[in-house]
Amino acid sequence: MMYDFLFQFFAATAILAGVIMVTRKNPVSAVIFLVVVFFATSGMFLMLDAHYIAAINLILYGGAIMVLFLFVIMLLNLGHTDSEDLRGPFGGLIGGAVAIGFLGLLARLLVGDAPAAASVVPAGEALRAATAEQGIIGVVARPLFGEYFMVLQVTGVLLLAAIVGTILLAQRKHA
Amino acid sequence: MSPITGGAFVVATLAKAGLFFTVLILSVMLSTIVERKFAGFIQDRSGPNRVGPWGMLQVIADGIKNIIKEETMPAGAIRPFFLLAPVLAILPATILFAVIPFGAPLPTQWGLVEMIVADVPIGFLYILAIGSIGVYGVALGGWASGSKYSLLGGLRGSAQMISYEVALALSLVPLILLAGDVRVPEIVSMQQAFTAGPATYSTWFLFPLLVGAFFFFVSGLAETNRLPFDLPEAEAELVTGYHTEYSAMKFSMFMIGEFAHVITIAALVTVFFLGGWDIPFWTGDNIRVLSDGTLIGDPTWWKTVLTLGAFSIKASLVVVIFVWIRWTLPRFRYDQLMDLGWKFMLEAVTVYILVIALVILGIEAVGIPKGGWYAFVLFLVNLGLGSVLLFALDKGTLIRGAARRGPEDTGDSDSEGNTVEGKA
Repeated sequence: MMYDFLFQFFAATAILAGVIMVTRKNPVSAVIFLVVVFFATSGMFLMLDAHYIAAINLILYGGAIMVLFLFVIMLLNLGHTDSEDLRGPFGGLIGGAVAIGFLGLLARLLVGDAPAAASVVPAGEALRAATAEQGIIGVVARPLFGEYFMVLQVTGVLLLAAIVGTILLAQRKHA
Repeated sequence: MSPITGGAFVVATLAKAGLFFTVLILSVMLSTIVERKFAGFIQDRSGPNRVGPWGMLQVIADGIKNIIKEETMPAGAIRPFFLLAPVLAILPATILFAVIPFGAPLPTQWGLVEMIVADVPIGFLYILAIGSIGVYGVALGGWASGSKYSLLGGLRGSAQMISYEVALALSLVPLILLAGDVRVPEIVSMQQAFTAGPATYSTWFLFPLLVGAFFFFVSGLAETNRLPFDLPEAEAELVTGYHTEYSAMKFSMFMIGEFAHVITIAALVTVFFLGGWDIPFWTGDNIRVLSDGTLIGDPTWWKTVLTLGAFSIKASLVVVIFVWIRWTLPRFRYDQLMDLGWKFMLEAVTVYILVIALVILGIEAVGIPKGGWYAFVLFLVNLGLGSVLLFALDKGTLIRGAARRGPEDTGDSDSEGNTVEGKA
């Protein structure tokens, strides 16, 4: 009972905040509502016993990336009035078409013969046993630094390349 | 005795949440008066001494004044965010309190009540997650005021908080390596001595992780925007910063948030490095609840009271050190602050993690079991690292005063020769 209620609460919050986020004209409002979405999804991760993912979701997305967004928006948007994203009747037409298309896809998932909608259930016994044995972090850390170590390293190099590239692009203007 | 469950658990949790929140708010009131009395002592003046005995009721007078003052709303302010920002300033510091264990578990007729509001399995990560939300209050407060001074102040403040958050989180990694668990009560248990159950270190983590504690304390100072890192405020010369446009109770809420943050950081220092609610040189208070519910030790109500007292004393001492530092050290210049955060703290903490990890690897290879000697080896390593660290800091090459800056970065060459580094 409590479980269902909590799930519905988090799901409704996430969807509602998501809808509000895309309909805001003020980008700062959009960022704040996106943070609300992250909190709601973190709550759902917690209900799935994915404590680590829930915390990381808040630390990285809620805390770090969204603050960065806020910074950029606050600085870029100084003294400008908010303009419409959809310009002219043609833009509105394309936007509407894309929205209807996505809604159709969603509807097909719900009523069509698409794969059965994943149901939200508490974590399986296997995950529970693994958590009890290795701890919350161990369940994530062992595969990450064992089986997928190479992938992790490659991702790190990729991110480093992106950082170096950004600095290079930013510096070219001054030269 | 089994942990409390069912309806009694809900009642106990609500009671604890109410009690600890009240204690937090009372401590905030108390710490403001302590700060002002201490300032008076250091500057050889009386401090507040008109309201109540020793001016102790000055806080209440200030509170009443703030409530009945006029609330102003700047013309250019963006209303919803302007109202939201003070709330966001208080919220993180108060909900962080939920994962801090204050004392030994209390036995009741319904079961064992742990002196922590929420013993979440990700305790340590919860602290990081909630701590990272704290920037929103500063950033939004500055932006929503619709004033360029507030905006610059907000940017200054949030840039500082983001910079030191990284060092704050990294400085706790060696602690997690040592504790082997992220549950906060378990971190406290690891600093106590037990005759049964998994091995513990039976010494406060301050000793085996001396340098880590130093880094945590310094980044904690920066996170709470206290001197010598109070650039976000700098009321005398930089127009206060993100809360310039706030008045009356809304301004007061920013201040309450700041003091609550100080108390939270003090509580975290206590839990992580000063043994939490552990009473030193006495093993009778060592009570441990393993994650599977096994109880080690002998809980009684008077032990709970004693350990609550021990925790309060330790946390109060840390708060007093915070105040002491505030009235002793001068402020960093902004570029020095950023240099210290990004060019020194981050690298130093990363190297520290690496060294500690290698030393732990070595200790395990040699085969020293977890316990006092294990911690002693780490203590010696930390003494060595600490001497190197202080020597490097004292050379003045890491943080330079204006006079020593090279020709390449004399953007604002008002060489007053204020060498802040060195003896600090």
